Amino acid sequence: MRNIWTIAKKEYAGLFYSPIAYVVGVVVFLVMGIFFSYDLNAAITYQYTPDFTYELDILIFPLIFLAIPILTMKTFSEENKSGTLELLLTAPVKDHELVIGKWLGTFLFFLSLILLTWFYPLVLNFIIDPGIDQPKNLANYLGVTLMASSMTAIGIYISSLFKNTIAALMASLGTLLVFWLISAPAQFFPGTVAADVFTNLSLTQHYYNSFRAGMIDLLDVSYYVSLTVLALFLGTRSIESKRWR
Amino acid sequence: MISVQNLTKDYDTHRAIDHLNFTAEKGEVLGFLGPNGAGKTTTMRILTGFMSPTSGTATIDGLDVMEDSLKVRHKVGYLPETVPLYEDMRVFDYLKFMGQLHKVQEIDERVAEVLIQVGMDDRSQSLIKNLSKGMRQRVGLGQALLHHPDVLILDEPTIGLDPKQIKEVRNLIKSIGKERTVMLSTHILSEAQQICDRVIIINKGRIVAEDAPENLQGRVSALRVVYVRVSEKTDQAATALRELPGVLSVKVLETGRIEVENVRESDVRPGIARKLVESGYDLLELTPESVNLEDIFLKLTREASSENPPLEPEPNDSQESEA
Ligand SMILES: Nc1ncnc2c1ncn2[C@@H]1O[C@H](COP(=O)(O)OP(=O)(O)OP(=O)(O)O)[C@@H](O)[C@H]1O
Ligand SMILES: [Mg+2]
Repeated sequence: MRNIWTIAKKEYAGLFYSPIAYVVGVVVFLVMGIFFSYDLNAAITYQYTPDFTYELDILIFPLIFLAIPILTMKTFSEENKSGTLELLLTAPVKDHELVIGKWLGTFLFFLSLILLTWFYPLVLNFIIDPGIDQPKNLANYLGVTLMASSMTAIGIYISSLFKNTIAALMASLGTLLVFWLISAPAQFFPGTVAADVFTNLSLTQHYYNSFRAGMIDLLDVSYYVSLTVLALFLGTRSIESKRWR
Repeated sequence: MISVQNLTKDYDTHRAIDHLNFTAEKGEVLGFLGPNGAGKTTTMRILTGFMSPTSGTATIDGLDVMEDSLKVRHKVGYLPETVPLYEDMRVFDYLKFMGQLHKVQEIDERVAEVLIQVGMDDRSQSLIKNLSKGMRQRVGLGQALLHHPDVLILDEPTIGLDPKQIKEVRNLIKSIGKERTVMLSTHILSEAQQICDRVIIINKGRIVAEDAPENLQGRVSALRVVYVRVSEKTDQAATALRELPGVLSVKVLETGRIEVENVRESDVRPGIARKLVESGYDLLELTPESVNLEDIFLKLTREASSENPPLEPEPNDSQESEA
């Protein structure tokens, strides 16, 4: 447990000092800030109560879909390339602790970003009456957080497969895109089992059909949790296999 | 402490180490010597749990490096050959991070202590990417020492250091080697001679010699050539020496020294001294040629390669271009 925390802290601090993470942060706040300013204007001028769910849609795509591969691309690929993995693999750290630590550090960094965007709905809430639909907003944020958790785990797993950072980035982007679009074929054979499977595999469907509408469905929660665990498991196997070269 | 049995590692079809057998005791500094590609790093990487052997076993303090990998890694301090470091971290933070992974108690004090030990206390707040090669090496060494490991495995620890640091690091290794086990690899034979209790010479993945450095020297005929100097009548003295048993050839050098070449395994020095003194010469000097370890090393590794010729003949460019 302590090892996980040690590694997570280092990962978090490393992102904090990396320029790329700043760029990601600034872009997230800038884009969301622009939409926020429209909302603010509408709220003040027309006493219109904005639905913050739309803002979060922007956050999910394209922001998270781009940001997470960028934040996770280096996690293992850089260690593979620079040889620092030799330090970690010869330190008394279990492989899963290493993978979970990396995931936790990156996820917490992303969580900090997401939580900071909460500033926008809070401000809107003060300005208008009636305020923002708080329970719905909370469900939205929970969904986004869970989705980010599984996406981060996938990014970390993919990073462990590469030595080249850009290759890791491209592979992560591709994989997430597939997970996003996988529900699309379902419309060609509606009502079938296959359609069900495709829809249920999709990263976004589990958000759009429940969290986004303000509902928290245990099935969707467990989808994201399972996906996170599965990706972390695969990441651990990938690190383990490095000892068997 | 370290025990290796029939350790073999294949990279795809290439055999990097081939049935290695050796041990290292507590309180011993073991030198691992060999030319490039001999398999030193490969062996160390297996001992530290970084990679698995193809066959054979290795144990540290009775624990199998594969089965009890985690416990073994607790006991071992390792300086990898490439000295990997986190470029964007500060020296202090880096050592603290590695120390935490090794469960070092009172980490801040310990890091400060190690920084002094490796002479980096004045650079503790520097970013690692701004350090010189030798400084990086010292930080890497500090990392290996942090958790007071029972076994230190150092892959070319003094490479890139300045002479003063080399001396300090060698002394450090020697003092650590008194109570613990140190295994180090090097290309520098005089270094092995200075700090190692025992030296293993490895070539093309096989052990070609294993002994105390003094004995290794003795192995390749210590007394092949003896230099003699007399006060006068050098040429006559040389002629007199030719008759001595065991002497192969005698030559008078321009410096006025007589070079006496004798058969291996026989010490002709007492004979030379007696003969010259009895014949009335004043004997000024009688020196055996010092065989340096470099020669021994080259000889041993050359012998080994001719015994086990490489599968592919080594290209010989000069001959081809002349033909
Ligand atoms: N990761 C690897 N993949 C394939 N072959 C490798 C790998 N690492 C080492 N080898 C090969 O194994 C052999 C032994 O290499 P090793 O690095 O153990 O030698 P070394 O004794 O440490 O040499 P040096 O003195 O140059 O450091 C070499 O022929 C090398 O090419
Ligand atoms: Mg090497």
